[in-house]
Amino acid sequence: MSAKQKEHVYTKKIDSALLAVYNGYSFFIRFFREAFRGRMEFQEIIKQCYAIGNKSLLLIGMTGFITGMVFTKQSRPSLAEFGATSWLPSLVAIAIVRALAALVTALISAGKIGSSIGAELGSMRVTEQIDAMEVSAVNPFKFLVVTRVLASTISIPILMFYCTMVSLMGAFLNVYLNEGTSFIAFFENAFEQITFLDVGTSVAKAVAYGFTIGIVGCYQGYNANKGTEGVGKAANSAVVISMFLIFIEEVIIVQVSNYFRI
Amino acid sequence: MAETRLDTDTVIDIQDLYKSFGDLHVLRGVNLKISRGENVVVLGRSGTGKSVLIKIIAGLLRQDKGVCNVLGNEVSTLNENELRDLRLKIGFSFQNSALYDSMTVRENLEFPLVRNVANLSRAEINEQVEYVLDAVGLLQTINQVPSELSGGQRKRIGIARTLILKPEIMLYDEPTAGLDPITCLEINELINEVKEKYHTTSIIITHDLTCARTTGDRIAMLLDGIFLKQGTFEEVFDTNEERIKSFYDYNFIQ
Repeated sequence: MSAKQKEHVYTKKIDSALLAVYNGYSFFIRFFREAFRGRMEFQEIIKQCYAIGNKSLLLIGMTGFITGMVFTKQSRPSLAEFGATSWLPSLVAIAIVRALAALVTALISAGKIGSSIGAELGSMRVTEQIDAMEVSAVNPFKFLVVTRVLASTISIPILMFYCTMVSLMGAFLNVYLNEGTSFIAFFENAFEQITFLDVGTSVAKAVAYGFTIGIVGCYQGYNANKGTEGVGKAANSAVVISMFLIFIEEVIIVQVSNYFRI
Repeated sequence: MAETRLDTDTVIDIQDLYKSFGDLHVLRGVNLKISRGENVVVLGRSGTGKSVLIKIIAGLLRQDKGVCNVLGNEVSTLNENELRDLRLKIGFSFQNSALYDSMTVRENLEFPLVRNVANLSRAEINEQVEYVLDAVGLLQTINQVPSELSGGQRKRIGIARTLILKPEIMLYDEPTAGLDPITCLEINELINEVKEKYHTTSIIITHDLTCARTTGDRIAMLLDGIFLKQGTFEEVFDTNEERIKSFYDYNFIQ
């Protein structure tokens, strides 16, 4: 390949990367424009909330329970060295509320919900169902994208609270089996160190993650290329990109919340 | 609305229309005028831009150059609300029906109706849904989902979904593609019934000569991005033009 050809390939790659950023930004802006105008599809939002909750409740419950249990088990030896196993409930609760619950919920949801939204909208695009909505004078963006993004933004925080409780139950089971701590003593100890800022930060994270999973899944599906390959690609990209963004958001939100903590 | 005066009879007026996708020049100066109540069949091989043409008419694609005037409106200059108003007058039957998988037949038909016609009671919605389903002869499928329907039934339901908004113009994209000969004849009959019952003006995109002969008042032969010949079925195929003759022969052999 000559130098000129190489330059052409790089220019093309840069062009398409910039175009992708611009398209993503336009999609993001369009969401806010469409969300606040015209008739709201409440029924569809509720249907999507139910679908999201129903799809991931069991998986998040199981993952959360195991996370709580394993984290408690792994933390015990370090605390035991200092004779501080009585601090175990507080330590576990802080870890779960501040970081684990939101992250576990978001990562499971990105895999389960993000891919499902990407594949569903991708398949609707490929089979011309989105075009069919458009030509019948219905706004497909409002019906498909706004409802799904709002549903995932609402549902993920609820799932996060559920995950927090189940994880704490997992942690309690482990503590009970090893130290024989009672249910009330465990939770009194656990919640002692939890502040409003911890809960607020977790909710903020869950809202951000929910929005990210919804908008990335919808963007990938809505803009899927023609063909079945495009559907698979949309589902896959929805998961990979939303997971990547979730970790970036985690870093940013933790930095901001630490600023308030000080 | 960007409205231009058209002959009272002219519903669609396309002048010197160009459309390319990258280096692929699909339409290269298409001209077509369609009068009210006329059924025009656009014939041509796959990939000649037939579907692109009706997608431009419906505002799903935008032309690179030229005029696409529908019911007095230049489609490419319309804003979102104007385009929405125009689309209420256009019915688009997709090649693969494009029924909403997650909805029943009833919900598929209600979907555009409840979102475009205000203050309809449940009884009125039911009445209109049942009326169009009856018109396409599939009232019994009302509670089925698309995956339970045959190809022909899906096509009919797709047509019913467009009819529920009582369009002035019907655009059929390959209405008989992938169907058996008997179902093809039924769909052709349905297209003619729709014209009579709803007084629509139609463009039928196809490469099926039986469909063209049965449904078309006029045939427009699209080859290499332009309309090579227009006229009645006999006028179009009574020619020495090699490409048209080979298209006819190929269909005949099939």
